[in-house]
Amino acid sequence: MGQDITLKEKSQRTSILKPVISKITTVFKQEKMFESLKKLGITVLSITLFIGLWHLGSKALYNKEANFTIAKALEDQGQAAADAVQACIASGDSSCQPNTLPSPSQVWTSLLALIDDYYIIKQDKIDDAIENAPLNAEIRQFNIDNAAQIAAGDIEARQEIEYTGRSSFLDIVVTSIKTVFAGFLLALFIAVPIGIIIGLSPSLRNAFNWFIQIFKPVSPVVWYLLVFMIVKTLYIGNSSDNSFVISFISVGLCAMWATLVNTAMGVASVDQDYINVAKVLKLGTFQKIFKVILPSSLPLIFTGLRITLSVAWMVLIAIELLAQSKGLGLFVWEEFNNGANDSNAKILVAMFVIGIIGFLLDRLMLTVQNAVSFNKVEGV
Amino acid sequence: MAYLELNNVCKTYDTDVDNTEVLSNINLSIEEGEFVAIVGFTGSGKTTLVNLINGLLKPTSGEVLFKGVPVQGTSHERGVVFQNYSLLPWLSVGQNVLMAVKEAFPNRGKAVWKRKAAHYIDMVGLTPAINKLPKELSGGMRQRVAVARALSMKPDMIIMDEPLGALDALTRGTLQDQILNIWGKDKRTALLITNDVDEGIYMADRIIPLRPGPNATLGPEFKIEIERPRDKTALNDNPTFKKIRNEIIEYLMDIGDERKSVSLTEYILPDVSPKHYVA
Ligand SMILES: Nc1ncnc2c1ncn2[C@@H]1O[C@H](COP(=O)(O)OP(=O)(O)O)[C@@H](O)[C@H]1O
Ligand SMILES: [Mg+2]
Repeated sequence: MGQDITLKEKSQRTSILKPVISKITTVFKQEKMFESLKKLGITVLSITLFIGLWHLGSKALYNKEANFTIAKALEDQGQAAADAVQACIASGDSSCQPNTLPSPSQVWTSLLALIDDYYIIKQDKIDDAIENAPLNAEIRQFNIDNAAQIAAGDIEARQEIEYTGRSSFLDIVVTSIKTVFAGFLLALFIAVPIGIIIGLSPSLRNAFNWFIQIFKPVSPVVWYLLVFMIVKTLYIGNSSDNSFVISFISVGLCAMWATLVNTAMGVASVDQDYINVAKVLKLGTFQKIFKVILPSSLPLIFTGLRITLSVAWMVLIAIELLAQSKGLGLFVWEEFNNGANDSNAKILVAMFVIGIIGFLLDRLMLTVQNAVSFNKVEGV
Repeated sequence: MAYLELNNVCKTYDTDVDNTEVLSNINLSIEEGEFVAIVGFTGSGKTTLVNLINGLLKPTSGEVLFKGVPVQGTSHERGVVFQNYSLLPWLSVGQNVLMAVKEAFPNRGKAVWKRKAAHYIDMVGLTPAINKLPKELSGGMRQRVAVARALSMKPDMIIMDEPLGALDALTRGTLQDQILNIWGKDKRTALLITNDVDEGIYMADRIIPLRPGPNATLGPEFKIEIERPRDKTALNDNPTFKKIRNEIIEYLMDIGDERKSVSLTEYILPDVSPKHYVA
């Protein structure tokens, strides 16, 4: 009976509170919505401002270069030539356009062109595959028929014919992302274990300090050269393309230092209280590392990994350019050398794509970090 | 032979620049089943004393004997409730306790571990919070988890370092009773460190003031012969309680005065002149 009364009382109380609560939540929701609307508004405003300034700036640069070209023609070849140049620039003919910072609309056009190009190349690939299908089938059949001899090494397996035409912008971006991921994983597997070992032992930390201090500031270009020297020798007698291997190893080695240092620091600076707990519970070494030290240093390890990922993405361009790996680095370099009318605009497209992917990768890491470590971090 | 015995224990931290002795000539003996309280000012060396007893620190000289054997490192026989809870923040309440149970009873299997952990969490009334993280708990709840964790290892002696220091008066009172209840059930030996004289008298069989450091040492002990269970409200009018309370406070105040006068006389400037004086 008593139970009944209390239950009733409770439900009554909630029913009285209900409208108040729902009102509070709606006010709260409205406020939140207003907050996010405001945030969105400010973002849109800043983007507009940025594009506006960029437009004005590129226009000023365009005019400066155009005026200079006309003045030069006037000085060198006289009025008629100057008029011809002016007319040519005004007509928009690509042969005489000033080569300077492209305007936002030019970059947009280039982006659309690159997307169109992607579909063209995709069609090319399909056509290519259809054309080569009978031949490839023959090759496959040959390989199957002679499987025994191939395995014995008497006959070499025949390679199927693959698409060898231009790569589309998407292929290029994918190559770059693959390189960064492979490099990042390499950094993870080298830097985290070493960081833990160094962090656990003060004497090892001292012994390794010179090594870290010397190699940490080495430039991506030098890393590339070092890796190139080594990989080239290891690949002797192997004709396959090693540019991907060289670039991801260089990227990994160049970017791993932040993770190494942060892991060592995190492990070395575990709260004495937690260590005392481990001692009082008499945890074994293995348990102590995996149950206490690692969880407590995860936030710092992840901070290191996020820096590593952004450094990897940043040095990628220089390293891909040197390694001639078919990624964004090489794309930027080739466009720069190409000097076509829309080259500069394409370089800027690549720049924005790199920036946006970098931003997304960082958000991804942040999400993983917040999912696995005990204290949440706000992204900056 | 006493259950726990400290003979002429001194402790100096190596890291100290001037190497001042934190604890000097500590002599203490606790019998099995006894509840002893040590009361002292903040910074007098209470935590240092606790860590010497639980084995986290080694005495610079002298010896700490537990059941007649010198203490070498930590042991599951001596459970510790740390001053600042020291719960692992990435583990839930249940996981924090489970971790201790697993270590204390390594060969029992998952079902037993879980049952034991749940039992001790229930004992401190935290079953509803079993899946919460420490940061989602109030100070009092965290302290109760720390107590549950220490008890779950079934230690022969439980050492509590200012377990209730950070709590408000109300929570403090409830937890005092909870700890006494648990202690009353199986009369394990208990050492309570506190900065609250009333708390010490209310809970302990014996209360010993710690003279403030540097060179902290234990003062005269006071036996509290008030029958258990003690009634907190009636205690205030109890003549024994009043007498002991006044004596201890007087003793601690005296030390305070002494310390002041000592520090006044200590800073007489030595007669120094520059070593390489160039005019
Ligand atoms: N790890 C340490 N290294 C050096 N000095 C310490 C260390 N821990 C405590 N001390 C010093 O020892 C004295 C006593 O500290 P502590 O035992 O924590 O006192 P209490 O617990 O009574 O507040 C303080 O003066 C403190 O500065
Ligand atoms: Mg203390």
